[in-house]
Amino acid sequence: MNKCVERIYNGIIKENPTFILMLGMCPTLATTTSASNGLGMGLSTTAVLMFSNLVISLLRKIIPDRVRIPAYIVVVASLVTIVQLLIQGFLPSLYDSLGIYIPLIVVNCIILGRAESYAAKNGPVESFFDGVGMGLGFTLSLTIIGMCRELIGAGAFFGHVIIPEEFHISIMILAPGALFTLALLAAIQNKLRLPSATNGDAPKSALACGGDCMNCQGCTGMTNHAILAEKKAEEAAKAAAAKKAAAEKALAAKKAAEAAKAAEAEKTN
Amino acid sequence: MKELLLIAIGSALVNNVVLSQFLGLCPFLGVSKKTETAAGMGAAVIFVIVIATACTSLIYDFVLVKLGIEYLQTIVFILVIAALVQFVEMFLKKNMVSLYDALGVYLPLITTNCAVLGVALTNVQKSYNFIESVVNGIGISVGFTIAIVLMAGIREKIEYNDVPHVFKGSPIVLITAGLMSIAFFGFSGLI
Repeated sequence: MNKCVERIYNGIIKENPTFILMLGMCPTLATTTSASNGLGMGLSTTAVLMFSNLVISLLRKIIPDRVRIPAYIVVVASLVTIVQLLIQGFLPSLYDSLGIYIPLIVVNCIILGRAESYAAKNGPVESFFDGVGMGLGFTLSLTIIGMCRELIGAGAFFGHVIIPEEFHISIMILAPGALFTLALLAAIQNKLRLPSATNGDAPKSALACGGDCMNCQGCTGMTNHAILAEKKAEEAAKAAAAKKAAAEKALAAKKAAEAAKAAEAEKTN
Repeated sequence: MKELLLIAIGSALVNNVVLSQFLGLCPFLGVSKKTETAAGMGAAVIFVIVIATACTSLIYDFVLVKLGIEYLQTIVFILVIAALVQFVEMFLKKNMVSLYDALGVYLPLITTNCAVLGVALTNVQKSYNFIESVVNGIGISVGFTIAIVLMAGIREKIEYNDVPHVFKGSPIVLITAGLMSIAFFGFSGLI
């Protein structure tokens, strides 16, 4: 039980996907025009993340290693479709405001990242709570960013206008505002030297790619997979070299022993 | 013809895929350090998106709608795109070595770029037919290329400037992107 609480704490504070790991920046920028949109996007991602972690963890021993990335994508895409249909049915206004970004949860780095780095190695209960923690961390950060942007840009708090219209800086809820917000966030992380993906000297995360999403070029498990394969090949090569060296050593020792024996034999003769 | 032109300009400049929709932001920030690599990435994106929009549009019209399983679009599209990129890569390696040398490095990087899936889904959402989908794909990928090449040009100049320490690295790039995004708002008068 303690482990589950620890996973949730880890997701919300220690490895917060937005503020610390800087993963999944596309939805963060696009859907935080208001606090309620950010909350909606965060909760949909949480729902997908919880169940994708659970399902992938349950299937981790069945899925062959070579086809695991396509298998993960199918699991995630099915869950996203379920969530999309549910939102379309029960929350049509949220569906309209999030639009294309709901199906795009499939290509969110957080989900494949957690599947690859946590759910594929741990039991179903822990993986489920890891998904809950990560999802809640994502939701919390999206809501906070959305609240700030909504307050400055539209002078509102969850849709209630509290600042008169003369003081609105409406660029903050448009596209450039999102980029400026992220720039300030990254600058704060630089200033505080927080261990984020954008700081060069940050400790590497558990992901095989180092979790360096700002400089990532593939953005999902594909590159991760390639890097893993490379590492595996390297290790195999190293092991083979070590084996060869050991065999050579043994051979040399054998030869030396034989030579010594022969010398001894000669002496006695 | 006029509608097609409007779609192309609209998706390339007015609703630029990176600067106003935030799709494909990772390669935009990651591969924009040098103009040549940025142009290579742009060319590969144009190549993949045009083929992917054509394929997904045909599959949607002739398989998913015929069978009445439109709700499976997300799963089908992502698998089709992933398989397609692998196939294109193998085909180029075998048959067009010069093109493979130019684009090959970038192809695997685009496999699950959100822009590719985003274009396919937008085409369905706006119920574009086959030709409109392909034109939209061309527009979006050209818009991506324009944005990433401009960004690379600016970043090469930023190297010579005295950026405050806190803003070095990704923050200054993001601020540049924000200013570019404001500039691209100017294009909304085109339509």
